Parts: sequence; C-alpha cells; structure tokens
Amino acid sequence: MDKYNDKARFFFEHYGLAERDLERYLAAALSAGGDYADLYFEYLSSTALSMDESMIKSASQGISAGCGVRVVSGERTGYAYTDDLSSDRILHAAKTAALIASAPARATVAGFQKTAARSLYPVTLPSVDAEISAKVELLMRADKTARAYDPRIKEVRASYGDELRNILVVASDGTFAEDSQPLARMNVSCIAKTEGNSARGTSGGGGRVALDFFFGDKNPEFFARESARQAILQLDAREAPAGEMEVVLGPGWPGVLLHEAVGHGLEADFNRKKTSAFAGLIGKRVASEKCTVVDNGTMPWRRGSLNVDDEGEPTQETVLIEKGILKGYLSDKLSSRLMGIADTGNGRRESYEHIPMPRMTNTYMLAGNDNPEDIIRSVKHGVYAVNFGGGQVDITNGKFVFSASEAYMIEDGRITAPIKGATLIGNGPDVLTRVSMVGNDLKLDEGVGT
Amino acid sequence: MTPTELETRDTTIKTDLKEIAADIVARTMKGGASAAECVVREGDEFSTLVRLGQVETLKESGSKSIGVRVFFGQRAASTYSSDFSREGLDRMVKSALELAKITSEDPFGGIPEASQLGQLQGNLDLYHEDVYSLPGAARIDYARRTEKAALDFDPRIKNSEGGSFDAATGHKVLANSHGFIGEYSRSYCSVAAVPIAQTDEGAMQRDYWYSVARTLKKLDAPETVGRIAAERTIRRLGAKKAKTATVPIVFDPMVSTSILEHIFEGINGDSVYRGASFLAGKLGQKIAGDNVTVIDDGTIPGGFGTAPFDGEGIPTRRTVVIENGMLKSYLLNTYTAKKLGLQTTANAARGLAGTPGIGPGNYFLQPGSKSPKELVAGIKEGLYVTEFLGQGVNLVTGDYSRGASGLWIQNGELTYPVEEITVAGNLKDLFFNISEIANDLEFRGSVAAPTIRIDGLTVGGE
Repeated sequence: MDKYNDKARFFFEHYGLAERDLERYLAAALSAGGDYADLYFEYLSSTALSMDESMIKSASQGISAGCGVRVVSGERTGYAYTDDLSSDRILHAAKTAALIASAPARATVAGFQKTAARSLYPVTLPSVDAEISAKVELLMRADKTARAYDPRIKEVRASYGDELRNILVVASDGTFAEDSQPLARMNVSCIAKTEGNSARGTSGGGGRVALDFFFGDKNPEFFARESARQAILQLDAREAPAGEMEVVLGPGWPGVLLHEAVGHGLEADFNRKKTSAFAGLIGKRVASEKCTVVDNGTMPWRRGSLNVDDEGEPTQETVLIEKGILKGYLSDKLSSRLMGIADTGNGRRESYEHIPMPRMTNTYMLAGNDNPEDIIRSVKHGVYAVNFGGGQVDITNGKFVFSASEAYMIEDGRITAPIKGATLIGNGPDVLTRVSMVGNDLKLDEGVGT
Repeated sequence: MTPTELETRDTTIKTDLKEIAADIVARTMKGGASAAECVVREGDEFSTLVRLGQVETLKESGSKSIGVRVFFGQRAASTYSSDFSREGLDRMVKSALELAKITSEDPFGGIPEASQLGQLQGNLDLYHEDVYSLPGAARIDYARRTEKAALDFDPRIKNSEGGSFDAATGHKVLANSHGFIGEYSRSYCSVAAVPIAQTDEGAMQRDYWYSVARTLKKLDAPETVGRIAAERTIRRLGAKKAKTATVPIVFDPMVSTSILEHIFEGINGDSVYRGASFLAGKLGQKIAGDNVTVIDDGTIPGGFGTAPFDGEGIPTRRTVVIENGMLKSYLLNTYTAKKLGLQTTANAARGLAGTPGIGPGNYFLQPGSKSPKELVAGIKEGLYVTEFLGQGVNLVTGDYSRGASGLWIQNGELTYPVEEITVAGNLKDLFFNISEIANDLEFRGSVAAPTIRIDGLTVGGE
C-alpha cells in the first residue's frame, strides 16, 4: 500500500478500503467476461447559504457518497451503483453491472498504475471546511452593496455554495487515480423597479478556489455592483427587433454560445453514433479561418478544470477547430476505443449515479487580431450581446437558441440603446463559418457556468 | 446475457424508515431545537437503452437519503446525508443544530400548525409492484420493440438515439415534531424512442415520443410509441425558415404546457411575495380570457402529481387557480402563505435540503370542446409549434421570446416544417389571447394542457 502514499488516500482512510478489495470488486465486475470495468468512488460534501430580504434564510450542509461500477462489453455498458460503501453492497453492484456481458470471466489487472499527481487547484483549506461566519459575511456584503447601488434596486438575493468532491477511480486496465476537487461560487441577483416597470440582473463567479478568492478583486461588492448595474440598465431597455442581423458577441460569458452551439456537437459519443451535425467532418472546414477553438481542462483554479477526469485520465488541452478546420472530438475511454481516436481526458459524470460521457472542460475561441472597437464599427445595423441568460441546442440539426440578458443595438458602427428580450437563434455548424472578425480581447467567464 | 439473472433488485434491507425519521426528529428536539422535520427517501431504478437493435446500456440501482430541518425559534437550518450509519446520522443532527446558529430570525419561518397536518385516506393508486414484474429480457424487449417500430416506419429514419424502457419506485417518509408521520410509495415506468431522420442531402432531424405510467397496464404499446416518434421526426425534414409576421399560433400539447408553467411561475407564492411576477397582487382580477380555467389538484387517484400529503405534511387538495379568466388563488406553501397573510394551498415541495419550495399537484388547463384538427382548420395562415428551444421569458415584465420549430399552417392544413424562428410577445396579452382551447387534455406528467390557439404573437424569421 505504500506506493499510494499521498494525502489523497481518502477512501482508504474513511472506508478501510484496501487494494485487494478493489481487485476483488473488479474481478466480480468482469465475472461474466466484460472487456473493461471501472469503479468510481465519490464522497461529496457541500454547503449552501442564501440571503434574501437581507436575512440568511436558508443554510444547508450535506454529504452524498457512493460507488458506481461500470462494465463495458463491446458497445454495451452495464452500470450499477450503491450509496452504501460496504463490501457486500459494492460486490452486489459489481455483479449486477457484470450481467451486460455473457462470456467466461475475464482476468483483471494485478497491481494498479497510479496516475501522476497534478495540482491545478492547490487549495490549502477547502472552502467547505472554512469558517461558516466568513461565508455569511460574503452574502451580507453583497446584499449591502447591491441595495446601496441605486434606490430602484428593490430586491436582492445572494447565494453562496461550495463543495469538496473526493474521488477514487480504479479500472481493470490498471488505472488508479485519486483527486480532491474543491469548488466555490457565489451569485447575486437583483430586481430593479420603477412605477410600472421592473427588470432583473444577475452576476456571480467562483471556481476550484479557496474562500480567499472572494476577498480579492472578484469580491462580493464586484458581483453585487455588476448585478445591480444590469438590472438598472434593463429598466430603460427597448424591445429587441425581429429578423436576421449581424451580431457582435462581447468577450467572456457569451462564450456559452460556443459551448452550446459548437462544443456539444463535438462530443465524441454523438459523432460515433453519427447523431451530431458535425459527424464525419474531421479535416473539413467547419468555421471561418479566423476561428481556432480549444478545450482545455488544465487551466489552474477554473471550474471546468480537473487534475484527472472522471475515468482517471489526466485532462489536457485539445484543439478542436484550427483556423476553421475540424481537428478532433472530445473523447472518453469508450469513444476512444470504439472510434480508434485518442482519449482526450474528457470523461465526465454528474455523480456516481451516472455513466461517464465525453463532455467539455473549458472551451474557448483563441483571440484574433481585430480591435473590439473596429468590430463594432464594422456593423451598420446589428446587436451587441454582452451577457446571456440561457441557451439550448439540438445537436442533431445544429439549431441553437440563446437569450441575451444584456444586449445593445449597434447603429452605424456605434453602440446605442440597450435592448431587452433579445433571443439569438441559428445553426451551430453554419454560424462559425460566418464569423467575420475575432477580437483580440479573449476573456473567460467568471466561473459560474458549467 | 442471461436475462433471468437480471432480476437482481435487492430486497434484503428494509429498515423501518419511519422509525429512523421519528428518531431523528426526537434527537434534534433533545438537542434543543424548538421544531424539526425529517424526510427520508428511498428508491430504486432500472433503465435500458437499445440502439440500432443492440443493447447499449443497462443500469440498475437503489439509493437512500435522509434530510432534517431544524428550528431554534425563528432560525432554521437543514442538513442531509446518504450515510445511514450511526456516525453519519449523528453528524447530520449535530451539524443541523450548529448551522441554525448562523441563520437569521425570520418571523415567518416555522413548520405548519399541528391542526393543519394530516393525509388523504384510501388508496391513491400511486404504487404498482408490476413495474418490476417484467423479467429482464422482457424489459429489453420493450425498448427494442419501441425503437424497431420507429426504424421500420419510414426509410428516411436512418439512425436513432435508441429506444428505452425505464422503471422506478420511490418511497418517501416525512415526520415532524408535532408528531406527524406519513409515508407513501410511488411507481413509474416509461418507454421512449428518439429516431433520427435524414434527407438525401444529409440534413438530419431528431424528435421523440414517450409513454409514461404508474403501471405497465397503462403504458402505451411500444409499437405505438415508436410509430409516433417516427412520424414526429419525419415531419421535420426539409424545414424552412418562416417570414416575420403576426399570425395565429397553435400550440401542440407538448408545448402548450409551457404556457401553464409560466402561469405557475407567476402565481406561486414565492414570486408573488417578492413582487417578482407581473401577476403579483392580481388576486380577484381578470388575468386571462373568459375561456381560461386552470386547476391544481393533488388528489386525483393515479395522477403524476398526486400525494397523500405535501412536503410539509398537509393533506393535498384541489385548488381553482384561474376561473373563467379570473385569478382565484395563488399556489402556496406555509412560508409564502404566512408572508401573504393567506392559507397554504398544500403545494409545499420538499427536497432533502433547504427550505420547502412550491410545486404543482396535477395542474392543468380545463379542456374545451373542439378537436385539435378543428383549431387548425380555422386558420388561413399560421404556425403550429411543436418545440420550443431556450428560455427567454421574463415574469417580472411578461416579456416573452422563445426559439421555436413546427409546421406552417396554410388554408386550415399543416403544410411544410419550419425552424429557426422566434415567437415573441408579452404574457400579459398572451393569456387574454388564448382564443381557442381543444378537447385533447392528456396527462403525461403533473402539468397538462390541451392544444391551444394564441393570437397576436410575432413570429420572427427572415
């Protein structure tokens, strides 16, 4: 056991697991002859606080733990999980998942290869263990700042949430990976009201960070002012016009459009099954040559980053689209094996209750050469979208829809009046081919989105 | 695969969950709490996905979790756990008692009065053991048949995200410090298909259809579900954009429920006391046309939104929300009722953690007398919406703008498919402009509405 002598040995210490237990569970998982089996142990502790009407109205803490067993046989996947981490329950789950296969038992590994340790989020004190009064203070400061911003701000809600996810992934291919993944975020939402009119603003941020993150420049006052600013601005917004027009996306959060409209379509499982509008287009032009899109799971402190993915593979930087040419898909172990492509370390799962799937980490477009002001100046009649409320995509036909929560008209090359209710619609594979200018002002979102 | 062996559902541990819940309440009270409420949830699920005739995934599992909410006077906090060991439960109780120290005094906080508590008697027809009675091979067969019906329907159905069969049962226990203790079980099964159609040019479209029921006996035949899924997918092929215009719009029942959801968002106590809805303060006023009557009824036997008591232990009931266009009642839980000086409508929705929210029972729009076909027949030029994408609804202002796809109506007939369009207007007017309501009300979940026609919305396209 000494070869696993690092601080992350959470499940060994808390549940008395030993290496031979893991081997026994994997053997049970392969008892009907699957090609591959893995175990995903998860122990998640979380805190949620919310302030409303200047009161801490809700505070909760909780623990959720379990183990998911997966067995893969050809293209088939058997999956079972248990939230009881006793030996007999895990064995039962393993035997249930094993039933996807029907062949003589297959031998599992002898001895695991520990995935090399990385530290993309070296948090000394995870926020989940930090003093609760400090978290309460963040909310009180946000509430105070938002209310003081403008007398028309009538309603303020602030919330704070954090979690620490300890995982252990072991697999019949020898994978052995542990990680301790912190996450903290805060959010401020305001309603501004005048006689006969009202509007909402929202802002937030965070990442795989310790509590001190919120005492830097992304502090409660920052999020509170931003939220209040949006709400006040929207009070004077006019109706968005209908019809086709040019759109300029601001830097940062509007990247969600890239996530929805393009990113999901590049997830390997959809392309293996040929259900994505991007299937079969590797090496083909899918975007204007101004566009280079990457997925990068290795950026320190960011919410999308992971030392290892949920299959125990190290994350990496993957070029998806290079100067308009589709270079690759986001892959996990299953897709990589079935498609004969590299595993890009994008195997993700919502929790131990879910089968892993290839999903994005941090996906963004590299900065271009255009000056943002020149981009605006080039538009005669269009929309400048700065913040989005939400969006959705149908990856099969490529259609996407986004609601802009902050947007302006562009008239004769100048940003003019704010507009409300702007809904952008389009087609993912089509929209990138029409990118005519790319700004030199790359900015990632504040870390709220997924 | 050895199908008979798929019968692996575990029935070995059946601890008395009521005992555990009552014990947790007693322990928090002993720890100094002035009131407490404990919820325990236990469930198991089975799901299988067959894609292009082959089993792709089989999933089977059980889970159990517990949550407690404690009050120290007017301060509240909650904790939860999936760990039922002695230490796990001890820690949950201890952290709840500690966490309550940092929350604020809220004069409207607290659990319901003892006199309000209770539960509906009699069999509500919510649980049928038969959702698990199918042998493993038969479950897979359900999924396979559903997908096959879709694939065989038309040569243009060339791919599929699969056919699926799911079954689940859930058991819920609620106990509180007034001595209330209640429990109920619910079962659920469903079949679904997600076919993909392709034109000769390669353009793909995807749609789906499903059937869901509390017992296998009420589940639609896999062949029916697969066929409808294929029909819905095929009719999307060759979609065009529409011209920007203001035309009558017919909402398919799959999307007309969204209008009811907007009303729910606007009249639930939480939005109302915050003034976060344009419907706040409109009690007793006309908010929709005379033909609009909306009911919430948590007592309908077998319903997807039925339960003997709500998330706070209050017997569920029938509430007329809108009667002939007039707003008759908000939907409330104890907290929001106190805030508004009203009585709860037993719509508390309790998760494991946090304060109870508000959820619908069986919530529906009263049907009219015309058939959906007659609604379409009355329109010379218009849009039949089958799907919305994205959000784009602001309940504070009523602004409404959603991405949509569907079919174009010409001379009373559904003609070609349309997509990449927006539908926009304001909910304040929209509710008055529901000009016709069809007779095809069917519950496919706890919220249901028939086909409806709405006038005065702008269709945004080219």
